[in-house]
Amino acid sequence: MTALLTIIVLILIAIAVWQMTKIFEFSQIGIENAQVANDKDNKLNGYLMFAFLGFLYILTIFSLWKWSRVLLPEAASEHGKDYDTLMAISMALIFTVQLITQTLLHYFAFKYHGKKGRKALFYADNDKLEFIWTIIPVITLAGLILYGLYTWTTIMDINEDDDPIVIELYAQQFNWKARYAGEDNVLGDANVRFLNDYDGQNILGIDSSDPNGMDDVVSTTEIHLPVNRKVVFKMRSQDVLHSAYMPHFRAQMNCVPGMITQFSFTPTITTAEMREKPGIQDKVEHINELRAERRAKGEDLDDWEFDYLLVCNKICGTSHYNMQMKIVVETEEEFNAWMKEQKTFSETVAGTER
Amino acid sequence: MSAIATAQADDHAQDHGHHHKETFISKYVFSYDHKMISKQYLVTGIFMGIIGIMMSLLFRMQLAWPGESFAIFEVLLGKWAPEGVMDPNIYLALVTIHGTIMVFFVLTAGLSGTFSNLLIPLQIGARDMASGFMNMVSYWLFFLSCVIMVSSIFVEAGPAAAGWTIYPPLSALPQAQGGSGLGMTLWLISMAVFIASSLLGSLNYIVTVLNLRTKGMSMTRLPLTIWALFITAVIGVVSFPVLLSAALLLIFDRSFGTSFFLSDIFIQGEVLHYHGGSPVLFEHLFWFLGHPEVYIVLLPALGITSEIIATNARKPIFGYRAMVASILAIAFLSTIVWGHHMFVSGMNPFLGSVFTFTTLLIAIPSAVKAFNYITTLWKGNLQMNPAMLFSIGLVSTFITGGLTGIILGDSTLDINVHDTYFVVAHFHLVMGISAIYGFLAGVYHWFPKMFGRMLNKNLGYVHFWVTAVCAYGIFFPMHFVGMAGLPRRYYTNTNFPIFDDLMDINVVMTVFALIAGAVQVVFLYNFFYSMFYGEKAPRNPWKSNTLEWTTPVEHIHGNWPGEIPEVHRWAYDYSKTKENGEYVIAGQDYVPQTVPLQEGEEELNH
Repeated sequence: MTALLTIIVLILIAIAVWQMTKIFEFSQIGIENAQVANDKDNKLNGYLMFAFLGFLYILTIFSLWKWSRVLLPEAASEHGKDYDTLMAISMALIFTVQLITQTLLHYFAFKYHGKKGRKALFYADNDKLEFIWTIIPVITLAGLILYGLYTWTTIMDINEDDDPIVIELYAQQFNWKARYAGEDNVLGDANVRFLNDYDGQNILGIDSSDPNGMDDVVSTTEIHLPVNRKVVFKMRSQDVLHSAYMPHFRAQMNCVPGMITQFSFTPTITTAEMREKPGIQDKVEHINELRAERRAKGEDLDDWEFDYLLVCNKICGTSHYNMQMKIVVETEEEFNAWMKEQKTFSETVAGTER
Repeated sequence: MSAIATAQADDHAQDHGHHHKETFISKYVFSYDHKMISKQYLVTGIFMGIIGIMMSLLFRMQLAWPGESFAIFEVLLGKWAPEGVMDPNIYLALVTIHGTIMVFFVLTAGLSGTFSNLLIPLQIGARDMASGFMNMVSYWLFFLSCVIMVSSIFVEAGPAAAGWTIYPPLSALPQAQGGSGLGMTLWLISMAVFIASSLLGSLNYIVTVLNLRTKGMSMTRLPLTIWALFITAVIGVVSFPVLLSAALLLIFDRSFGTSFFLSDIFIQGEVLHYHGGSPVLFEHLFWFLGHPEVYIVLLPALGITSEIIATNARKPIFGYRAMVASILAIAFLSTIVWGHHMFVSGMNPFLGSVFTFTTLLIAIPSAVKAFNYITTLWKGNLQMNPAMLFSIGLVSTFITGGLTGIILGDSTLDINVHDTYFVVAHFHLVMGISAIYGFLAGVYHWFPKMFGRMLNKNLGYVHFWVTAVCAYGIFFPMHFVGMAGLPRRYYTNTNFPIFDDLMDINVVMTVFALIAGAVQVVFLYNFFYSMFYGEKAPRNPWKSNTLEWTTPVEHIHGNWPGEIPEVHRWAYDYSKTKENGEYVIAGQDYVPQTVPLQEGEEELNH
């Protein structure tokens, strides 16, 4: 069906193109040097340039109106607020410059379209103008650079002050695992060489000779985070490059085999609070409507509830497109309760031989 | 009408016009003649472009209608689309080969190769390239690399599928992905040959521009096309060898068990022996070429549009010196910004700060260029030939795409849009679409010079307007997809209910892409039909100043019968008037470079 529709659309386009050429062709029968633009072409294309400017405006406004709701909701982390502010400033700047330059470009293209007898202005140079439009970007960009670098340094200053919770994100084709540092809040050493220990129960390759590792807790299903407490993530990968991307927290870091990378943030909004936000409720409602439509067509789909996500954002092979893990941000009490249910590494491997 | 000096001494020693008897092989196949080599590059580039664009249409269809069965998939992809449903592996392979082909084979070799070869000798007043033989070798190496790349598509386990950036370990381990077997080996061999071709070509261009300029053609009188192509060649010579080293080390890792890029890997139940290497090192080496590559792609397009906009606006390009300075600044800065592709790669965050700084600096010369283009249009007498339309289109997409670079170049903002569709939208507009517009503008403008016939302008108008609307229709909405947090290179996003509301955007983008693809057929028809049956071209159809339009329409070996013309002025004396307000040459709004300074005329100190 879709194939048929596509074919019909393509045929219609082909006819439209053919008709347009005919129109163009009829408008210039019997003209010499017919393949060089004449006044008629200049005029027509000048007007089209102006129309194109209108198209750009309409496209922009339409997209903003229709698709603003797909954008990520407000940041759910502390540094994310700075991120969003900087993004807003940059976007404002971009839209302003875009508006001015595109308008001038297309307006000039329309206004000065060629006419027989028109004399173009011989205008080769103007140092003052050049200076102005060199210095304006310099100043604006200097401001952006300073603000950006300040934020960047703050985000990337990863330390273990303020009693953060230390979590390892462990990537492999094609799933995530999370390792909590346990009571001592120190992750035990680990290496891929230990992965086959304990009949393969040691799924993160924890070095059992390091006492720090014995109380570590591995979760293969969800990551739980207590709200308003700093998290330091240590990333590892066992096979190829992956990227730990947590869009709602404005957080991302690659997972590189052979080295430990890190990223740190403080979640500020619990999952439950986020689900209450009007923006999120609209989004969920809209998406569930779409899913209901698809269900009506026979697809097997559940209703969806908002959750934070950890997704893979570096091409990693066949199932790259489905490498995800749920993140739950909750109160300290809820977190502690969840933690109690988890098994430590020593409990997991108890009874199996190394 | 034209004011070309007619008196030419019959200096037989310099006349290469009618010496050799040429066979079919020496004229059309292993030709030393830069004009023929340029046509070979053009046709090869277009052929590769057709493959690359077709691939993008296939995976766009998968993205809009994920998991749906299409007969065309089954026909084109065979076993990779059982019952017409695309396989995730071939999706990644299509994305990879699309990127590789478009960046290297179409926009590097197809664009720079075609126009460097055509324009450098013609616009500087040389009989041919410094070394015709090297030029011929360069093309045939390119052809060989095309053959290897295309043949890799038919490999049993599939072509390379690790993304066009081929980051190891994914690209290094056949266990990680089917495409990392023979397919990747062929990819690497093809690229190694490609780099050799590119280096031979670039060295030739550099030597030619430096040594073979005709009398009077000082560097400050060079048309901006030549400046752009010259600097492009310099960037290529500086950065391509680094990619070669990366490719060689990767070949060592893959085939000889070294550990340059690999360490601590456990895959399919086995610990591999690799130890001590770093994938981040590969990223550095790759992007040391990869970023300059963006400008290798873009600068020729900007050079071509500078020339075309000036000619068709019947005005000198505004700020010639600033344009040259911008090209130089971009070339220099382009080699020290590569780290902005790696802000979240795990490299030292302090390096991130440095690269943010250099990256945002490069926005300044780019902004100057954009403003200068706009000022060149101001108070012009714009001749809306298809080439001019594509040039204006280029300025438009260059601005739109360039502006989002402010976000991606800022290490902070990059954190959340890195590797999402926002990046895809950004670079497709700023280097993909813009460079293709530059390429098409060049083809429309110099077609009469290459083939002695005119392209049909009406087909050209249809081609431009449909393409222009579709290009924005594809890539403007794509920014929203990226800012919704959707990672690129996902075979489908149906596994994430949170992205379900992106479906309609995907359909819109794909429909525009299909229309854009379809309208390129109009261009292809126009191109091949006009090559044989187009209207015969006059010597100087666009009333242009540059030297190539002083050569006869009929191609001859050595370009000019008789002596090489002498140059007396820069290339941009359009609509120049004397003090009394009359055109320098009465009744003619352009003064070719070969015309000596007239009485009552001042040469500008540009």
